[in-house]
Amino acid sequence: MGGKVVRIKEHPILKFDRGKELAFFFNGRELLGHEGETIAAALHAAGVRELSTSAVLHRPRGFFCAIGTCSSCLMVVNGMPNVRVCVERLAAGMIVETQQGRGDLGASV
Amino acid sequence: MLKKTGVPSSEELAPAYPPEERMKQGAVAIIECFQNIPCNPCATSCPRGAIQAFDDINDLPKFDPALCNGCAICVANCPGLAIFVVDEAYSEAESLVKLPHEFVPLPKAGDEVVVYNRAGEEIGQGKVLRVQNPASFDRTAVVHLVVPRAYARDVRFLSVGVGARDENH
Amino acid sequence: MHRYDICVIGGGPAGLSAAKAAGNAGAKVLLIDENDRLGGQLIKQTHMFFGSEKQQAGTRGIDISSQLVDAIGTMPNVEVYLECAALGLYDDKVLTMLHKKRYEKIAATKFIVATGASERMLAFVGNDLPGVYGAGAVQTLMNVYGVSPGARVLMIGAGNIGLIVSYQLLQAGVNVVAILEASPHIGGYLVHAAKVRRAGVPILTSHTIKEAYGARAVEGATICELDEKWQVRPGSERKIAVDVVCLAVGLSPLTDLLWQADCRMIHVTELGGHVAWRDANLCTSQGHIYIAGDVAGVEEASSAMVEGELAGLAAAKELGLATPALELGLSEAREQLRALRSGPVGDKIRTGLALAQSGEVFGIA
Repeated sequence: MGGKVVRIKEHPILKFDRGKELAFFFNGRELLGHEGETIAAALHAAGVRELSTSAVLHRPRGFFCAIGTCSSCLMVVNGMPNVRVCVERLAAGMIVETQQGRGDLGASV
Repeated sequence: MLKKTGVPSSEELAPAYPPEERMKQGAVAIIECFQNIPCNPCATSCPRGAIQAFDDINDLPKFDPALCNGCAICVANCPGLAIFVVDEAYSEAESLVKLPHEFVPLPKAGDEVVVYNRAGEEIGQGKVLRVQNPASFDRTAVVHLVVPRAYARDVRFLSVGVGARDENH
Repeated sequence: MHRYDICVIGGGPAGLSAAKAAGNAGAKVLLIDENDRLGGQLIKQTHMFFGSEKQQAGTRGIDISSQLVDAIGTMPNVEVYLECAALGLYDDKVLTMLHKKRYEKIAATKFIVATGASERMLAFVGNDLPGVYGAGAVQTLMNVYGVSPGARVLMIGAGNIGLIVSYQLLQAGVNVVAILEASPHIGGYLVHAAKVRRAGVPILTSHTIKEAYGARAVEGATICELDEKWQVRPGSERKIAVDVVCLAVGLSPLTDLLWQADCRMIHVTELGGHVAWRDANLCTSQGHIYIAGDVAGVEEASSAMVEGELAGLAAAKELGLATPALELGLSEAREQLRALRSGPVGDKIRTGLALAQSGEVFGIA
């Protein structure tokens, strides 16, 4: 049934001060987010809930704790693996990719 | 039973209701607070001293309905949204109920709304007389609803047309 | 290396209150927090707080947060490091940290650890699927970023957090299909339960989740009833279509730093797990380390704030900053904590605290 994930427009208590809109890339696709939000929030707003796959069984993983303590949300950002996207802020032009398992530190290591 | 379902039984509710003679006189607060938790904003917000200052903040509110005029300031100040105002002297066939409401869209005067009881069951319709939403209420609006007399002691929630609620739980 | 009188680790309600109290007492304070803004869990609390006027009852958590942060901002003797994660706390009273991705060290005479607590996990098939979120995570998405977590939520846990987050989900326009509670009674404040029941959300006590399922994310859940022995009642399983399973099954104090700093630790179930032993001034077995807030025992934000005040004043007093005003502040804080905890809903905390402060320690240090 797929959740309809949307940005909340009207709220009885809160006013959302969304920063300016900016474009970033997710697995080659251009998406829009807002300055000041985390990568995970921007992805979620765009309907992306699968952020990585587990190391051994390749199961889909999303985020869980949203405060940077559970390691469920690790993704590759601008080539760097193991970025906790639930606390990392979005920047214009960021290249965000699904991390497969433990992530690759690259040939330089 | 409240502790199991979140819905008070009529026995549990009874102490919240002032005597019938007072109910006939007009608007009065109905304080549906049955658990000893550390909390006292109802007493500190009442401008008429109808809710006594707490000796121990874990006490249940001590309410004197004779001093209450149903102004609903306590309704907006209760952190548990557990206070309502019922005016059974409104008219022959209808009563006025004041409910706290923290949802959007807020209803407007003249709106017809669906009304629900404490168990979330739809019991009929009401008409919005007025919405009190001053800055001092800090975003807890108080909706004044005119409902058939028989509902006044049951109506505890309203929704404006189609809400986020799913009927097929 | 910079030196301070008091370093407060964690800028949530307890840490903010500790820094404010210590600052007001005249101490030179450093407050650090790993996030890029102060407030901890307060920044997502849209509901009115309980307690008394002394803990700002009736004020929304988000506004209490702003008040505390603004107060700190006006104090020249309180410095704040954001994006600063504590790494290690050493016997020579040096704290190592990662401050904006640089390794730094500071020294302080006293430390107040106010690192809070984190969500517990629940074991069930499919609990690693995208869409299974901690209650705090759901709050962050909706209340901080204005992003709806999904369309249909199954909430697990009818303690205060489960009930409050369910109400906040409704306010965000999200359907909460049911709240499940494994025990036979609702654990949170009954007024919170009443608010969601009248909005049409069922609360199913003696129920739990068996499985979350879906191809790449949560598409549904199998729930079941439990009998008096907490075993699954055979044949009670049923499936419901949801796209979010929200876990509100308790918090666990984030005590890593206290273990590393060699504080005597004790397991106290009533406080949420392992906590540091402490005296009546919230000082641990390491005389230079104090604790405050959920890390000292999972409780409420109102008591976290008062504990922070108590620890801040107690640490300042140890530095020789005692004045009649400080002593008054200390006894006021103790009295407020006593009042907050004296009712029936404080039974568990009082039992836990007696153990955590006891002269005999049963835990492994």
